[in-house]
Amino acid sequence: MKEKKNSRKILFYIIFVLLLLAFLYPFFLVVMNSFKTNKEVILNPVSLPAGLNLDGYLKAYENMNYLQSFGNSLFVTVGSVLMLVLISVMCAHLFARNNWKINNIVLMLMVASMIIPFQTIMIPVVKNFSSLDLTDNLFAVIFFYMGAHVAMAVFMYHGFIKGIPYELEEAAMIDGCGHMRLLFQILFPMLKPITSTIVILDVLAIWNDFLLPYVLLYKNSLKTLPLMTYSFVGQYSTDYSLVTAGLVLTMLPVVILYLFLQKQIIEGVAQGAIK
Amino acid sequence: MKQNKKNKGAKNVLMFLLYAGPAVIVFTAVILIAFINGIQLTFTDWNGLTDEYQYIGFSNYADAFRDALFWESLLRTFKYAFGVVVITNVIAFLIAFGLTRGYKGQGLFRASFFTPNLIGGVVLGIVWKFVFSEVFVQLGKRGIGIFKNNWLSSPDTAFLALVVVAVWQMAGYLMLIYMAGIISVPKEVQEAALLDGAIGLKNIRHIVVPLIMPSVTICTFMSIKSAFMAYDVNLSLTNGGPFQSTELVAMRVFNKAFQAEQYGVGQTEALILFLIVAAISVTQVILTKRQEVEA
Repeated sequence: MKEKKNSRKILFYIIFVLLLLAFLYPFFLVVMNSFKTNKEVILNPVSLPAGLNLDGYLKAYENMNYLQSFGNSLFVTVGSVLMLVLISVMCAHLFARNNWKINNIVLMLMVASMIIPFQTIMIPVVKNFSSLDLTDNLFAVIFFYMGAHVAMAVFMYHGFIKGIPYELEEAAMIDGCGHMRLLFQILFPMLKPITSTIVILDVLAIWNDFLLPYVLLYKNSLKTLPLMTYSFVGQYSTDYSLVTAGLVLTMLPVVILYLFLQKQIIEGVAQGAIK
Repeated sequence: MKQNKKNKGAKNVLMFLLYAGPAVIVFTAVILIAFINGIQLTFTDWNGLTDEYQYIGFSNYADAFRDALFWESLLRTFKYAFGVVVITNVIAFLIAFGLTRGYKGQGLFRASFFTPNLIGGVVLGIVWKFVFSEVFVQLGKRGIGIFKNNWLSSPDTAFLALVVVAVWQMAGYLMLIYMAGIISVPKEVQEAALLDGAIGLKNIRHIVVPLIMPSVTICTFMSIKSAFMAYDVNLSLTNGGPFQSTELVAMRVFNKAFQAEQYGVGQTEALILFLIVAAISVTQVILTKRQEVEA
């Protein structure tokens, strides 16, 4: 019996270590080749680098306009997510505590809208934003993300707030606590688990989004990181030292974040899907 | 009294505007209006540049129905979605099952399998393009038979490459959902089942799977939607090539509108895609919901 258990354990580790390699090897290859010269990469992309060649990084950093693209991505992501949290928690609180007809209608529309794929609204969005002269405008991109993600956030907050006893709020109101203060000072701290789920899901979705900035931002100085990576790689597609270094630079911010917040991110995503 | 009621009504309207107003405005402006405009556009000959356009009846629909490339890409997307949904869910479930057996290192494995989900599809596509066209080709030259030719340069293997990358990208995400499902199966049920001799595959098939049907519903829903919407990896890995042989429907719609500049037809095709995805998703949710049982 014990032997069987042991052999099962060995089998588990063999399979899962192989799987681990399959999942991470592509990233390892990119990192390894980013330290080689282009000639080295082409001759043998699976060998270890002969030395630590940082030319690819220097050139990629410059050509990708790295700091600027990073800044654009950061501005759009942080701006959208902060606004999203603010407007959705206010809306969801009103909906959860007042059983008005209009609230139910709006909530129903929001839930139904979650099935609409981006491709279906992409062309009219481009049309409307261009005719309002809102292309090449980072604030317009933030506005779009607020609209695109607000339904999900309201829905999640709504469900969570419903699970918190109303008596608590009544008591606070009897004590003379105003609505806004009640919401942000008393209720908001209690919403922390759901807030972190919403923030994590939206940060990942917005930081990595490609298609929307692709159709709304044309100026190089306004491009977000994924957009810049794409056009950079298109330009230097045969210089693998440069391409791989560029890829590492693009992936680095999220990977660093992941190293620190791994547990929260995984919990947040798992919670988000179940809700 | 009447005055009071009126006051309360006015106060409620103010409350609604103040609290729900911002959310309702952005939602309406970005999603609702665009969706309605989208339907409207399918009846026009808008050229993408001017603000003016004519209503032309159903001619975009007629064009869309005659557009062979669109239907080919749709059929290809069905194949792609079928492969991706089945393989990803099976792999994700098996990984989740393995990782909930109580072996050490679970956290490390879980975190690693999830990693592709942190990075955008376009970047992942570029990573894999490098792997397929440089690394694997080199391995092929050294005698690994399946990589003898560059996978991205012939239609069948390029299509396979798309499936491989999609599975690799999504499995870690679905794994998390399946793990949550498996962990929530009550211990007593598992113990009773094991005592009754339901072990191994039997245990998976008759005990675990029926009890985690809610996870199955979510996972199939999410993988179907993302397979039908796939664009980013398609763009950066194969760009639809070779010879448009791997163009999935989302890319077709994009190219029809923004490259061929037939915005009306492109939007009509986008709307057809929406109707198909909505129909499939609703059917799927109803079907898998029916399989859900209480523990």
